[in-house]
Amino acid sequence: MQIIVNQIPQTINASSLADTLIELGFTGPAIATAINGQFVPRDARADVTLAHGDRLEVLAPMQGG
Amino acid sequence: MQFYGVDVSSRLLLGTAQYPSPAVLSEAIVESRCDVVTVSLRRETSDGTGAGFWDLLREAGKRILPNTAGCHSVAEAVTTAQMAREIFETNWIKLEVIGHADTLAPDVFALVEAARVLSAEGFQVFPYTTDDLIVGEKLLDAGCEVLMPWGAPIGSGQGLRNPDALRAMRAHFPNVPLIVDAGIGRPSDAVQAMELGMDAVLLNTAVAKSGDPVLMARAMALALDAGRAGLVADPMDRRDMAVPSTPTLGMAELG
Repeated sequence: MQIIVNQIPQTINASSLADTLIELGFTGPAIATAINGQFVPRDARADVTLAHGDRLEVLAPMQGG
Repeated sequence: MQFYGVDVSSRLLLGTAQYPSPAVLSEAIVESRCDVVTVSLRRETSDGTGAGFWDLLREAGKRILPNTAGCHSVAEAVTTAQMAREIFETNWIKLEVIGHADTLAPDVFALVEAARVLSAEGFQVFPYTTDDLIVGEKLLDAGCEVLMPWGAPIGSGQGLRNPDALRAMRAHFPNVPLIVDAGIGRPSDAVQAMELGMDAVLLNTAVAKSGDPVLMARAMALALDAGRAGLVADPMDRRDMAVPSTPTLGMAELG
């Protein structure tokens, strides 16, 4: 299944968001996720499944003003 | 001074972007004596580039004010705020909804709407706004308890372009914490903000892009102390004409 991860098309085998993050190597604690512009809380990641073409955003702390 | 019931002693909120190195950032945070640092969220890479910055922040031990920098719509800003709350475990959010790509002027209509949505979700919103009084009132109606008027466009270092408007804001909102956000370029700008009765300033580029960010962080802290003390000390009134400061009584006739 192909999804868009941080604007880059990726093919994944996992279906849940939690498994997808592991498959893509996003294993750090300080990340937050959104699918198709909607925030997905950490404790919902195991229950949320991705569909073909979904846009996944994975954000982390960065310097800001 | 309190922001949303939290005691804050430093009048400087420091941005964390654009420093020459993480070490300089850490030292600048210390020298600035700030209580609050602003941070952002950006796309993570699978090698975990965000993790190093996260460790630096935790070591600094300051209160975190995450921002929604770069967001141009209510939906983007709200989602970013929700993501920031989860990572940084704070209800504080510096709300930026940018209306114009060149000036980075806030879209105040979207700002008010986003502030309403976020306040209803329990966020404590620090809105980056203009110096317009009506917008300020609408932000307070939306649930904001702090206002952050701009001094000049973000990153411009132009100082306070409209001090009269900030003075009017101070008079109109005597009990609302006012933080000048954006535009501060030099310590003298920070002094002026304090003399106008602003409660604090939020700055980033002025320190990060100076020749010596650590020294400039210290200079800003000193400027804020000086400006605040000057305000509290109640400056003399201006006069149109000279008045001798040395007594004329007892002058000898030597001519």
